[in-house]
Amino acid sequence: MATAGGTEGLRCLHGMADPDPAVMDERETRLARLMAAAQLGDASAYQALLRDCIPVIAQAARRQGVAPDRVDDVVQEVLITIHRARATYDPARPFLPWLRAIAQRRAIDSLRHHGRHAVHEVHDPMAYEAHAEEAADADGVLDAQTRSRDLRASLETLPPGQRQAVDRLALRGQSLDEASAATGRSKVALKVNLHRAIKTLRVKLGVATDGGVDDV
Amino acid sequence: MSRATPSDAIGPGQNPHERLIETLARELAPVRRISPVGLAAGWLVVVIAFGGYLASMSDLHAMMRRLMAAPDMWLAALASGVTGILAVVAAFMTSVPGRSPRWALLPLPALALWIWESGMGCARGWALPMVHDATFAQGDHCLIFILGVSLPLSLLLMVLLRWTFPLRPNLTLALGGLAAAGAAATLLNFFHPYDASVTDLVFHALAVGLVVGFNRLFGSRLFR
Repeated sequence: MATAGGTEGLRCLHGMADPDPAVMDERETRLARLMAAAQLGDASAYQALLRDCIPVIAQAARRQGVAPDRVDDVVQEVLITIHRARATYDPARPFLPWLRAIAQRRAIDSLRHHGRHAVHEVHDPMAYEAHAEEAADADGVLDAQTRSRDLRASLETLPPGQRQAVDRLALRGQSLDEASAATGRSKVALKVNLHRAIKTLRVKLGVATDGGVDDV
Repeated sequence: MSRATPSDAIGPGQNPHERLIETLARELAPVRRISPVGLAAGWLVVVIAFGGYLASMSDLHAMMRRLMAAPDMWLAALASGVTGILAVVAAFMTSVPGRSPRWALLPLPALALWIWESGMGCARGWALPMVHDATFAQGDHCLIFILGVSLPLSLLLMVLLRWTFPLRPNLTLALGGLAAAGAAATLLNFFHPYDASVTDLVFHALAVGLVVGFNRLFGSRLFR
């Protein structure tokens, strides 16, 4: 089996936009010969063919209006399609119309696919902030206020050490080092007090827990 | 097959699709070239063989007498047969990348003639009230026959189309449906002992529409 592939593959690609009919015919002849060899199982010819196809595909994708950052995706889709459809190529006919038909179709598929996504996914950073919370009806607001009042009342009943740990670590968001420096308590004591405060609050707010609630 | 992405680039300045190309080359196996004309001819051979079997069970003399009774009768039968032949050629031509989608226009003149001559049969039925018209039940028989024959012909067509790679599967499948319906309507002439009527025409049109719709609806799943 003749090996039609070679390093000269990419050479002719620099003439992609070259309208010279002689250059076009040369490329056409070469691609048709490579594809014919690939149909017979010549892997090196096939690799040379696929490499040569890339600029043609990219050009077809850009002409269809595919965004530059999606051209590589279309190229990959077309390379895979060439592989699956290679039996449909007739070496007696020109190769480029066969390739361009596939490239244009895959480019259109890509545009449709991303067009559908664009319809469903609107870039609107303010929408999240402005979105009305579903539970934020009158009952929901009253429930939230009630829970907040209960939580504050429960915090007031905590032993001073636990209340201090919750205040520093949870409400003010201080680190253990900062809270330790501010209160003079050890980091271990702060962690234990926070842990016990959470257990105590669970009990007071109706969540079952176990263990003691001693202050440290 | 693993998909390489642009981020899989092996090195600076190197083709970012190189991994995919190497994978495809590793999977390369020799393939037998697909001939759309050959596939269409294969389908037509099966249809003709089936037609021969139906002819052996029908009264050919009665059929010929009926068809020759008026030009629109045999012209409608001829047009439906030609529609089927041209539609299957168009279906396979549009199933190969690089072939013009204008191949889809190929069966349209024959289809127009088929519709026109069928309509002429209806007009003659109105002008001559004594002509033996198809009843609703007979129209129902036509519908069942066309659907029953079109179904296996459509399935065979889809099996053959699996060898191809239609870039416009909906167009190809609609043409395939038209081919199957045209063939079935032609074969129906072996068992169609009455003249065309509005009822008959409506049932024929309904059957053809159903077959084309069936092909488009279910066939497109084969190509994805």
